[in-house]
Amino acid sequence: MIDRKFNAVASINPPLPGPRTQLLFSTVSSAKGLISEFLEWFGELGIFFWQVLRAAVTPPFEFRELFRQLDEIGSKSLPLVALAGAATGVVLSLEARYSLTRFGAKSLLPAAIVFSVIHETGPIITGLVVSGRVGAGIGAELASMKVTEQIDAIEASAVNPYRLLAATRILACILMLPLLTLAADACGLVMGWVAQALVEPLSFHQFINSGFKGADFNDFLPPTFKTAVFGLIIGLIACFQGMRTRGGAAGVGRAATSSVVLSSLFVILADVVLVKLIIIFFP
Amino acid sequence: MDTIDQIADQIRMKRADTEESGTAPVVAVEDLHKAFGSQKVLNGISLSLSRGETLAVLGRSGTGKSVLLRLIIGLEKPDSGSVRIHGQDIAGLALDRLGEIRKKMGFLFQHAALYDSLTVAQNVAFPLQHHNKEMSKSEQADRVKTLLAEVGMEGDLEKMPSDISGGMQKRVGLARALALEPDILLLDEPTAGLDPISSGEIDDLVLKLQEEHHMASIVVTHDLHSAKTIADRLALLNEGNVVIEGNIEELQESDIDFVKEFLKHS
Repeated sequence: MIDRKFNAVASINPPLPGPRTQLLFSTVSSAKGLISEFLEWFGELGIFFWQVLRAAVTPPFEFRELFRQLDEIGSKSLPLVALAGAATGVVLSLEARYSLTRFGAKSLLPAAIVFSVIHETGPIITGLVVSGRVGAGIGAELASMKVTEQIDAIEASAVNPYRLLAATRILACILMLPLLTLAADACGLVMGWVAQALVEPLSFHQFINSGFKGADFNDFLPPTFKTAVFGLIIGLIACFQGMRTRGGAAGVGRAATSSVVLSSLFVILADVVLVKLIIIFFP
Repeated sequence: MDTIDQIADQIRMKRADTEESGTAPVVAVEDLHKAFGSQKVLNGISLSLSRGETLAVLGRSGTGKSVLLRLIIGLEKPDSGSVRIHGQDIAGLALDRLGEIRKKMGFLFQHAALYDSLTVAQNVAFPLQHHNKEMSKSEQADRVKTLLAEVGMEGDLEKMPSDISGGMQKRVGLARALALEPDILLLDEPTAGLDPISSGEIDDLVLKLQEEHHMASIVVTHDLHSAKTIADRLALLNEGNVVIEGNIEELQESDIDFVKEFLKHS
């Protein structure tokens, strides 16, 4: 009799899950939330990209704003990129000298520096430095314009903000990244040579001859031009995060931070894919 | 020199002539619904505006007055209902096509929304540079000076928006809204946050511009005095819909509790 009563009550009020089950449920539920948020963000990014692309290929073209952005993104990033490239060249020279000397391959030092700088460190350092400086700048500028209704005012003036603000900045990023990479490469090589020449006298001519021995355009062009993809990622994410922001000063701060974090993350992830593609298509 | 009341009378007479000629509405809003998440802002609102007419939209904060203006210029999309500008439904239009319609509209934002990286003159020149490309630079500069002179800001061409007061920013915003010679002017709280003298100056300016340009205007405001001065018709909003629409006398004679309460506290 008591058992029957107990069973009836249990069927109406099933036993509460234990702490482990609750933890599992909450973990699964927050993971589901994160995945759905990411998919939503990615979908909105895709729509934004389509709108920018459509605006970019239809006249009127905003050449004046494009040139202003080329200066803002290119010329003003040059000192920082050059400094980062130079520092990387020095570090590579010091590290490679130590490792190669241990393995009796000191004569390969110029080639190691040249290949490291041109293949990977120059492009990725440029991508990360630009995503920090330009990503934060674009994200904060557009977010500030958004929260003060300046983007709405542009739209109300019958000007397409995707064309004026986003397309110009993204295109400037795409065009300037390869050029900035060349600057980072050049500074890296020069400072790599300086660091080596200070330890063991070697002319710059000898360093370059030895470093580029056996190298061809496939070693140079694809890694340099892959940074155009980095430019697309940095420009697109920063414009997207800036133009969708909400919530006053806090929103501006969030847009700037998320622009840097997301663009840096996606630059690194894209690099993984691009390195593999370059190896396949430009062996 | 004409007093403001005389100017207002002249405008009303001109409008009466226009009404007699039987013009179609330049703005027609029908059964407009808009919600943000679970919060319903507009709940089936319908309004129309004829050429040369000024409509003041009044109501408590958060009743969707500014949202209505943003829907009319296409900055927000309605959940249902339609907004027709010169007979053209703007819902679903691509941004560039909508841009063609927006060229006929001027919008003064509540906080002016001046471009903070541009000077006062560059702000006013912005629409001209993008849409009047056949205009030479000197013609554009002359037009900017004329527009800024109209709003009494001709001496501040090279100042940055951060260097001028809120009232001056609104004047510059108004000059920018007039740059493309629109036939519809949308004003979002033109006197909000201003001292009574500056508010009065803005009202006078709006009246003067209406007289000179003969535009259809929608003015969103909390300021009943300002609304009475510059508008022919008033529409009072509550809970996303029009409670009453008419002139000030009709509002004052209304038996609706909300209208009485609103007028009592204004």
